[in-house]
Amino acid sequence: MFSELPLLSLVIWTPILGGLLVLATGSHRRGGLQAKVLTLLVSLLTFALSVLLFTGFDTTTAEMQFTELQPWIATFNVYYHLGVDGISMPLIVLTTFTTALVVIAGWEVIKTKPAQYMAAFLILEGLMNGAFASLDAMLFYVFWEALLIPMFIIIGIWGGPNRVYATLKFFLYTFLGSVFMLVALIYLYFQTGTFEIGDFHAVQIGLTAQIWLFLAFLVAFAVKVPMWPVHTWLPDAHVEAPTGGSVILAAIMLKLGAYGFLRFSLPITPDASHSLDWLMILLSLVAVVYIGFVALIQQDMKKLIAYSSISHMGFVTLGFFVAFSIFENTGSWRGVAMGIEGGMVQMISHGFVSGAMFLCVGVLYDRLHSRQIADYGGVVNTMPLFAGFMVLFAMANAGLPGTAGFVGEFMVILSAFKANFWYAFLAATTLILGAAYTLWMVKRVIYGKVVHEGVATLKDINAREFLFLGVLAVAVLALGLWPAPLLEVMGPTVANLVEHIAVSKL
Amino acid sequence: MENLEAITLAIVLAPLFGSVIAGLFGGKIGRSGAHSVTILGVGIAFVLSLTLFLQALSGDIGSINQSIYTWMISDGIRFEIGFLIDRLSTMMMVVVTFVSLMVHIYTVGYMADDEHNWPDDSLAGKNSYQRFFSYISLFTFSMLMLVMSNNFLQLFFGWEAVGLVSYLLIGFWATRESAVYANLKAFLVNRVGDFGFILGIGAVLMYFNTLDYQAVFNTVEMHQDVTVSIWGDSEWSLITVICILLFIGAMGKSAQVPLHVWLPDSMEGPTPISALIHAATMVTAGIFMVARMSPLYELSETALSMILIIGAITAFFMGLLGLVQNDIKRVVAYSTLSQLGYMTVALGASAYAAGMFHLMTHAFFKALLFLGAGSVIIAMHHDQDMRNMGGLRKYMPITWITTLIGSLALIGAPFFSGFYSKDSIIEAVGHSQLPGSDIAYIAVLLGVFVTALYSFRMYFLVFHGKARMDEHTREHLHETPRVVTWPLILLAIPSVFAGALFVDSMAFGDFFREAIVVAPAHDTLGALAGDFHGWFTFGLHGFVTAPFWLAAAGVATAYLLYMKFTHVPTMLKEKFGWLYAILDRKYGFDDFYEWFFAGGSRGIGNALWRFGDVKLIDGLMINGSALAVGWFASVMRYVQSGYLYHYAFAMILGLLALFGLFVI
Repeated sequence: MFSELPLLSLVIWTPILGGLLVLATGSHRRGGLQAKVLTLLVSLLTFALSVLLFTGFDTTTAEMQFTELQPWIATFNVYYHLGVDGISMPLIVLTTFTTALVVIAGWEVIKTKPAQYMAAFLILEGLMNGAFASLDAMLFYVFWEALLIPMFIIIGIWGGPNRVYATLKFFLYTFLGSVFMLVALIYLYFQTGTFEIGDFHAVQIGLTAQIWLFLAFLVAFAVKVPMWPVHTWLPDAHVEAPTGGSVILAAIMLKLGAYGFLRFSLPITPDASHSLDWLMILLSLVAVVYIGFVALIQQDMKKLIAYSSISHMGFVTLGFFVAFSIFENTGSWRGVAMGIEGGMVQMISHGFVSGAMFLCVGVLYDRLHSRQIADYGGVVNTMPLFAGFMVLFAMANAGLPGTAGFVGEFMVILSAFKANFWYAFLAATTLILGAAYTLWMVKRVIYGKVVHEGVATLKDINAREFLFLGVLAVAVLALGLWPAPLLEVMGPTVANLVEHIAVSKL
Repeated sequence: MENLEAITLAIVLAPLFGSVIAGLFGGKIGRSGAHSVTILGVGIAFVLSLTLFLQALSGDIGSINQSIYTWMISDGIRFEIGFLIDRLSTMMMVVVTFVSLMVHIYTVGYMADDEHNWPDDSLAGKNSYQRFFSYISLFTFSMLMLVMSNNFLQLFFGWEAVGLVSYLLIGFWATRESAVYANLKAFLVNRVGDFGFILGIGAVLMYFNTLDYQAVFNTVEMHQDVTVSIWGDSEWSLITVICILLFIGAMGKSAQVPLHVWLPDSMEGPTPISALIHAATMVTAGIFMVARMSPLYELSETALSMILIIGAITAFFMGLLGLVQNDIKRVVAYSTLSQLGYMTVALGASAYAAGMFHLMTHAFFKALLFLGAGSVIIAMHHDQDMRNMGGLRKYMPITWITTLIGSLALIGAPFFSGFYSKDSIIEAVGHSQLPGSDIAYIAVLLGVFVTALYSFRMYFLVFHGKARMDEHTREHLHETPRVVTWPLILLAIPSVFAGALFVDSMAFGDFFREAIVVAPAHDTLGALAGDFHGWFTFGLHGFVTAPFWLAAAGVATAYLLYMKFTHVPTMLKEKFGWLYAILDRKYGFDDFYEWFFAGGSRGIGNALWRFGDVKLIDGLMINGSALAVGWFASVMRYVQSGYLYHYAFAMILGLLALFGLFVI
């Protein structure tokens, strides 16, 4: 009965139009209560719509589903072409899910211009959904660039004291990267005469051109993921961003970069990916190990979690790009899919876990207005319920089996082993490093005696906070205990992708 | 059997259910509700486990391998959650659920006044009683998942889950700095082991393309000659690599040198969990895992030799540390380390069955000793220093007798349970032909003397001699309540009889059937079986063997040093100050790790951050390029002067250049 609905257009335009409506409602009446209620309704409606995508999804095919096709700019063969497969659909659901939580999380906290704040998140949600659902490269590019604006505004207006520096760094980095992608897309347009991503996948390109294309895409996506050494904008952006901004940034926006590798780099330039895979593996392992050490000594909780995010995203890129080494080492493409799927599971689980961690820091920040680890200690004495949640999410962040954090890391380590023992060896150091930086922070923040007066005055989480932390806890455990449904969605698409990259374009 | 699946599910889910109820609704159901529901859950698990065990013994059920649900399918490989029920797992299930049940009951008494352990105005101690029950039931669930698993994934799940609960329980008194230091340390050191473990699992999956035990064991012979190169051109046998990697995991969990450092510190947790987790069950998970993997280990003599040597080092040197401890729980903790070393040695000598046998008897008598120590600690108002005890036998007769039984079992007094299991290990090591077995044999023999010495040092210091506690404590000394003493009595029974009862089948018979595989060349226990003529003869013969005299000498020495000539220990301590210092510093492992690993990692992190991120990337690349842009912009500023005639001039120049191009 829902199959006739243009679901993808709905998950894109409902929040965008809803956001405009919220803007029109304004903040001035009753602290923007109307605006907040409206935002919540819109975000829940969008989430419900995305659930229909999940339930209506055909897990037996790698074909694009829920497709919509309209001419947009006929002169340049640009189409409003939407569709999802096993790679993009889970990310859309993650986006709508996270946005709804962020709306709840910002409910009482945002005092200045609440309506504008809420509207920014709704518009951002629609734009992110658009980026994931676009099958036309130009459409994708428009969404990709447009979604920088609301995030820019969110950090720039509701951010911390050093927000101007952080927003500029964030904007320049990501914008500069995108320019290279635009050049690559235009080049591909001249090769194919269209902006259809599917046609890009099929076009034959020589190795040199592939390498240039790959590097252009790499600049854009590596900044977004972010990969070492173009990662330093992220800790700054996180530290200055309001809690909701951090959550969306970590849970969704980073995934856009990783998504780009799967949608553009690997299928369009398989041979370049093959010849430059050493670089990708190297950068991924640097992210896991180097960033792991850097996370260990951070004094600011948000910075620590930001570095932990970079480290975890290293698993995503590692999982994607060990593909070719597995083939070279074992002589078969078996095991390749597990790496890619592991990277994708890691994207989803990182969305839950890092989102939850940022929300936890937000809960503390709202009370004491400090993110410094040294300002806390013994929080369990005054906030035992919160402490329980924080420990759970910390364990998920440390990759404990039974939580979401384990699944992706496990799959990537297993497949890295097939490529090279030392890849797996270095990747597996996260078992120690991840536990060290996360649990050491927990020890200093949560456990021990109350030393600071501020901690003694803390009030445990209220019903609203319990709601969003509880929902995330369920999500983290569900994905950890039974990842099969997610894998079922991804399976055919990834199998198809592996078949595609196994064939050289030369 | 039709309802077997239901029974196995009930065994794991009953404790989980109890844990969830007590954990989430602890405030509502109150203390009695929490302990009732968890004791009921573990009780159900125990009764059903015992039923399965008896049926397995009588041959009503063979080995059962069944899947419960598919965790995920990736790349055509099915990752399942499922159970393998055979004699090895049923035995472990009985041990785990029995000790757990005893500890649950005991906890009712031990944690009764837990509110005193928390700061007055702290909310953390709210419902701590209920939370404690929730945790130990969760532990039981996790441990059952581990031992009942039929695949590596679930093994790892259980492996880490028991680690999690151990973390939560060591740091149970979360406001104590020492406790939350110890639990972090325990978790991280275990993670070092798990690091090896997960790589081992990676190797298994790569070459066997499955994580199912049975499927791996079925094809293991095909992979016997596969070699892998890890470093340069050196070729390693695949099986050896897998075995060593998995054993690194076991070294973490079963606290073998050099990954043993977390276990003594884990004594910061409440005593019931020291008995359950850090003596009877969790720390033996590594032993169980190697026994379960015997089809793999039998194909790698290199790995077996390594196990033998590491076990021997642990058995002897950790025992020595028990001699200088004054904290009653720490003595028992070092004793546990040493005994885990014995079990490991057994594995290395391919006497898996003897190792498992010792695991079982040790679970009983060591849980008994810990709970006995806990009973003493209750009576002493949570003073754990043995120098303040003495003469307690008059005040606590049940604790006294049961601890004596536990100590006799521990030192291997003939006819006690520990005698049968430990003697089979020592004999088996003596028969082993592997490199390293000679050293191991000497280590385990000398270890017997050391064991007897520290055990009876503790026994005499606590129960005999002058009462050294202060007046107030002495006046209040009395036997602990029945919820505490009953578990002691119930554990004392198998501590005496379990050895004689099972030595025939478990050590020298074919108790474990196909669950444990031993290559004929390594069959040390099989070689001994010919000389075995029943438990009674074996016990009688025990009086004339070297271990007996070594143990007797140990007890005598303890008597002389701590009852007769009590000034001698102090004298020795002064005379051999350097030796005492080495033992007191625990051979320097802790200091070295703290400096090298903890300090080193922070140093690396600082260096990478300050130099790499802040200076190089942000300073040079980013702000450097910002500077470059700024410079470029300042140049451009001259060009973009805002004066119309400048622009006009530039346009004319441009036009001229273009025309020039066309002309050329």
